[in-house]
Amino acid sequence: MSEVMVRAEGVHKRFGRHEVLKGITLEVRRSEVLCLLGPSGSGKSTFLRCINHLEAINAGRLWVDDELVGYRQVGDTLHELRDAEVARKRTEIGMVFQRFNLFPHMTALDNVAAAPITVRGQRKDAARDAARELLGRVGLGDRGDAYPSQLSGGQQQRVAIARALAMEPKLMLFDEPTSALDPELVGEVLDVMGGLARDGMTMIVVTHEIGFAREAADTVAFMDDGVVVEAGEPQATFDAPRHERTRAFLSRVL
Amino acid sequence: MASDSPAAASRVDRPEEIRAIPVRHPGRWVAAAVVLLLVAIAVESVATNPRFGWGTFADFFFDPRVMRGLVLTLELTAIAMVIGIVLGVLLAVMRLSPNPLVSAVSWIYVYVFRGTPVLVQILFWSFIAALYPRISLGIPFGGPELAGGSANGLITVFVAAILALGLNEGAYMSEIVRAGIISVDEGQTEAAQALGMTRLQIMRRIVLPQAMRVIIPPTGNETISMLKTTSLVSVIAVAELLYSVQLIYSVNFKQIPLLIVATVWYLIATSILSVGQYYLERRFARGAARSLPDTPLMRLRRLLRARANPAGDAG
Repeated sequence: MSEVMVRAEGVHKRFGRHEVLKGITLEVRRSEVLCLLGPSGSGKSTFLRCINHLEAINAGRLWVDDELVGYRQVGDTLHELRDAEVARKRTEIGMVFQRFNLFPHMTALDNVAAAPITVRGQRKDAARDAARELLGRVGLGDRGDAYPSQLSGGQQQRVAIARALAMEPKLMLFDEPTSALDPELVGEVLDVMGGLARDGMTMIVVTHEIGFAREAADTVAFMDDGVVVEAGEPQATFDAPRHERTRAFLSRVL
Repeated sequence: MASDSPAAASRVDRPEEIRAIPVRHPGRWVAAAVVLLLVAIAVESVATNPRFGWGTFADFFFDPRVMRGLVLTLELTAIAMVIGIVLGVLLAVMRLSPNPLVSAVSWIYVYVFRGTPVLVQILFWSFIAALYPRISLGIPFGGPELAGGSANGLITVFVAAILALGLNEGAYMSEIVRAGIISVDEGQTEAAQALGMTRLQIMRRIVLPQAMRVIIPPTGNETISMLKTTSLVSVIAVAELLYSVQLIYSVNFKQIPLLIVATVWYLIATSILSVGQYYLERRFARGAARSLPDTPLMRLRRLLRARANPAGDAG
C-alpha cells in the first residue's frame, strides 16, 4: 500500500481553446487533508473534477492510489477505460458538490442508501440500516424521512456527505461545500468535515474558508491561472506567504 | 386614547381589527346577469327543441353496439398510448445518443411522423397491402423466409389503426420524454456518476423518475387527445365509438341524437382520464414541493367532518 493517495504530474486541461489547467503537479498522502485555495476561475474545481474523471485531462498524468485515472497504460500507449471501469473506480472516491445535488425524489435515507443498493447490490434493509447510522454520524439521525426540499442547506450538505461516505471511499473530494450556504449554516458542515479529517479520511477540499484550512488542513495549495503558485503548511503559508499572488489573494479574503 | 405612559404601552395594546366597507363591484353583477340569461336561453332551446331527440338518445345510450364501440375506442387508446410511450422513450434516448447516426434516425422518424397528418397515416396503413402485398420475417436482401403471410391477412383494419395511431404518437411522445430528460439538472447526473453509477443506472434510477414530473402532464393530455383522435379511424371502418353510432344512424337517420350519444361517452371517458391524471401527477410530485396540497376528496371529507362535529371548530 503506497503512502501516496493522489499524484498529479503536469496535468493540463483545455476547454476548447481555453486552457484551464496549465501543469498541476502535486501529491496528497494517505490521511492527508489538502485545501485548494485561490481566486474563482483559477482551475481548482476543474482539477478536483479531473481526479474522479468527471473531466478527462488533456496532458500529464494523474494517479489515485497508484492507478492511472481514466486510462490504462500498456507499454507507451494509453487506452481509455470503458464506462463500467470508470464507474467502478469512482465508487472509491466520494464527492461533495457546491450545490449538494441531492436526489430530490428520494428521502434523505434513500439518498444515502441509493448507491450501495444500485451499485454495490446491497440488500435494501441492510443498506438502509447503514444509511441510518451514517445520518446519525452527521447529526441527522431523526431526519431520514425528510425529502431534500424539506431540509435546510446545511442539512442537505450533511446528507450529501453521508451519501458519499456510504460507498466507503478512500478519498473524499469537496467542491466548495459551504459556498452555497447561509453564513450561519457553514459551521455545522465544517464541523462534520473536521470530524472526518480527524478520523483519518484523505480529503481534497476546494474552499474559501481560510479558518477551516488553517485548522483542519495538513497542506494548503494556492492556485492561480491554472497553476499551483505555492503550497505548504497552513500556518507558515498564511502567516508568511512567499509569493506575490498568494499575498494579493490573502489580503482580499482575510 | 392617551397611552403615552410606559405602563400603558406595556399593556396588550393590539390595535382594533379593521372593519371597512368592501368596494362594490357592479360590473361583476351585470356580467353575471348577462351570462345567466344566455345560459337560460341555451338550456330552454335544448330542452324544447324536439329535434335533439332525447328519447332516442336514451334508447341508444346503452345500446350494445355503442358499448362495443366504446370498448374498442378505449382499447385503441390504451394500446396506441402504450406503443407511443415505449417508442417515445426509445426515440428520446436515441435522439440524445452520442452516436450521430442513431440520433439522426430518431430525428428523421419524428420529422416524418409529426410532419404528416395522422388521417393520411391511417389511410396509408390501411392500404399497406398495395405497397407490400406480402409481409415476411427472414434473412433480408433476398435470403430465405422464416415466416410470412399476406399483408391483407396480417394487417386487419384494427391493426392498421393501432399502427397508425401508435407510431404517430411515438413521434410526439419522444419530444415530450426528451424535454423531460433535458429538464433534469446536470448536477444530478454528475452526483450519480461520482457515486459510481453507470449510464443505464443513472437513466433508470435518477433521471427518468425526475423527468416523470415533466413528462406526466403532457402525457395525460396526449392520452385524452388520443381518445378523441381514435374517432379518425372510423374512415377505415374500424367499429369504434363514432363508427358504431354512424352505422346506427345510417339505418335510422337519427344523426343528431346518436352523435350526442357518442359525444357524451367521449366526455365521460375524458373526465375519468382527467381524474386519473390528477392523482398520477400528485404521485410524481413527491419531493418537488415541501408538502402536497390535499386532494378534493380529502378536502370534502374534512368539510363533512367539520359539519358533523361543529363543536370541534369552536376552539
